Order: sequence, then C-alpha cells, then structure tokens
Amino acid sequence: MAINEPEDKVWNGLFWVIQLFICINAVAKSFLQESKGRMLYFYTVASPADFVLSKLLFNSLLMLVMSLLSLLLFTLFLGNPIQKALPFIGLVLLGGWSLSLVFSFLAAIAAKAQQNAAIMAVLGFPLIIPQLLLLMKLSNAAFNPVLTMPVNILLLLGALDIMIIMLAVILFPFLWKD
Amino acid sequence: MANNKSFMQKNWWKIAAVVLLIYTFTAGLLTKIPELPALEQTIRNLYFHVCMWFCMMILFTVSVVNSIRYLRTFNLKYDIYARNYATSGIVFGVLGYATGAIWMSYTWADPNSELAASFSSLTREPKLIGAAIALLIYFAYMVLRDSINDMDKRARISAVYNIFAYAMLFPSIWIVPRMMESLHPGAQGNPALDTRDIDAHMRTIFYPAVIGWTLLGVWITTLKIRLTILKEKKLSQ
Repeated sequence: MAINEPEDKVWNGLFWVIQLFICINAVAKSFLQESKGRMLYFYTVASPADFVLSKLLFNSLLMLVMSLLSLLLFTLFLGNPIQKALPFIGLVLLGGWSLSLVFSFLAAIAAKAQQNAAIMAVLGFPLIIPQLLLLMKLSNAAFNPVLTMPVNILLLLGALDIMIIMLAVILFPFLWKD
Repeated sequence: MANNKSFMQKNWWKIAAVVLLIYTFTAGLLTKIPELPALEQTIRNLYFHVCMWFCMMILFTVSVVNSIRYLRTFNLKYDIYARNYATSGIVFGVLGYATGAIWMSYTWADPNSELAASFSSLTREPKLIGAAIALLIYFAYMVLRDSINDMDKRARISAVYNIFAYAMLFPSIWIVPRMMESLHPGAQGNPALDTRDIDAHMRTIFYPAVIGWTLLGVWITTLKIRLTILKEKKLSQ
C-alpha cells in the first residue's frame, strides 16, 4: 500500500483514523502542557466559562488547519479518489471540529487526573467511535457521484457539537476548582 | 441515612423483586408464545436478554443522576452511589451480551456452517457496537477513578466524566444504530416499547420482568453501597 494507491474505502478509513490520532496529539498538548503556575494565572484573570470557550476555539482552529493539511498530504501521497471535493472538504472540517471539541474537554479531564495522553485515549476512544462511524458513513457519499449525503446525519453531528460545547461550559467550573 | 428506615432498608420492594422474578421464570418459560419462523422457542429470551439492557440503561442513568447530585452537594455519599450503580450496570451489560450471544447462535448464525464462520459478520451489528461503547465508557470511568488518589478530586473529576460520557452515550446507542442496517428487530421505531411490536400476552410478562430485573439490580447495588460505606467508616476510625 505504500507504493500502490489504496481503494476508496481504505483511503476513507485510513484518513479518519489518521485524523483521530492527529487530534489526540494536537489537542492533548493544550491542557497537558500548562504548568501549574500558568493555570493559577488564568484562574485569577478569567472565568472558567471564558477559559474553556477560548480553549475550545483555539483547538478548533488548530484542528481545522491540521485537517486541511492532512487532506492535502493524503491527496498528494495516496492519490485523490474524491469525486465531490467541496462537500468532502466541508465534511473534513466538520469532522475535525467535532473531534477537537470532544478531545479538548477530555484533555481537561486528563490534565486534572495528572496523567499523560494515554488516559485521554482510554477515555476518548469509546466516546468518539459513534461520531467516527457517522463521519465515515457520510464521507462514503463523497467517493460516489450517485450517492447524496444524508442531511439528518449532518444535523445530528452539528447538534452533538453544540451539546459538547454546552456541557463543557457547564461542567468545566467543577474541574477548574482545585 | 438520617431517618430510621431509608429506602435501602425497606422490605416491600425486595419482596416485589423476588415475586416478579419468580413470575418471570415460571410464566416466561411455561406459557404460550407466538410461534414465529426462525425465532420459535428462543423468543422466550425476550424476558431475559432485553430486560438486561433495560436494567443496564436504568442503572447507568441512576449513576449519572447521583453524579449530578454529587456535584450539587459535594457529599461523598453520592459518589459512592454513582460508582456502585455504574459497576452493577456493567454486570448487567455483560449478562446482556451473554444472553444475546446464546440467542444469536440459534437465530442469526448460519446453520450450515460453524458458528465461528458467521462470527465476524454478526459482530459488525450496530447494536453490538453501541453496547460495546457503553461498556467501554464505564470501564474508562473505572480506570479514571483508580488513577486519582485524592478522594474529593476523584469524586469530582469522575462525576464530570460520568455526566459528559452519558450525554455522548445517548446518540451512540439510541440514535446511531437506527441509522444503519441492523439484524435486530424494530430498527424503525422504539423496539420493545412499541405496542405493535410485542404480542399482547408476552407484554404481560415482559414489563413485569423489566421491573423485576431492575429491582434486583438496585437491590444488589444497595448491598454494595452499604458495604462500601461501612468500609469507609472503618477506614476513617
């Protein structure tokens, strides 16, 4: 496979799995790297809701850039089986955003548990499987000119993202206090 | 447990649990069932397999409610409740898998080849994946709990994870499997709750069975909670 171009389905599966690992590594840093002193500083200047929202925003932007980058590298190195480029790019951005939101919040939990990125993966993998399933199902449509993307799944993913943001705002104050 | 007899120590619901389960086993195994092709007598597993999942969901829900109560009051009692309800939920989930595996081997598996041959196609069933996610989330909850030493911190962080994970569990086991092809019946609606889904006679056993199994689950959990609280008391002396 390192030499031959993979099939559509393999390409799709590989892409989302790589996306998942990119997200874990990129987003984990955001909370795990903060030193105790800096957290104390944030504590004095910002409210928990502001803090978590800004973290989510930064991680979302970071993940969007990473997603586009990995898409570019994939098309360069593994060929371009995508039939509908624009919908797929949109889907990649939506997927990257969903992944970054879930893992940002889990990184906050893992950082409080004073653990490395390993516990984040343990906490995050079961949570992210349904979203990955939906994303792969949706992106199958981008490889086939006949299929259309089902709107209700897109709406479900969007609703999930909004729910994660709300949960993060509600629950983060409890993690914040030490 | 300020008042003399809390819910845990009352007897009537324990008697109810025993009576309902005796009813489930006798009526469930002896009374008439609709003879359906392929299902035949295995349909009696409805009183056991489906009830396990109902019970698991109810116990996980109780666990989350106790996590919310913990975050509102910071009373460690609720943390013990949440943990023990989650453990019992896992036990019922595993039992649900076991009963499902038996049922599957008589209905879905290809009778002409070995069971192992049809295994890989059956395990891709969306509902199996959904249930696996539910169990994995609570295994992760236990791992998270054990990784934190400080008691208050452990209670707070695991409560946050419990609530967050439960909110993500909804779509994964209630919505997503219905968007994919499934071997399970009732994918286009509310299986087991739809009155057109189950035979009227079977419903008179199925609903009591759900209540009976759930009460049994709660009973086991209350015993474990009392044991944990006693242990904590002994440690703090």
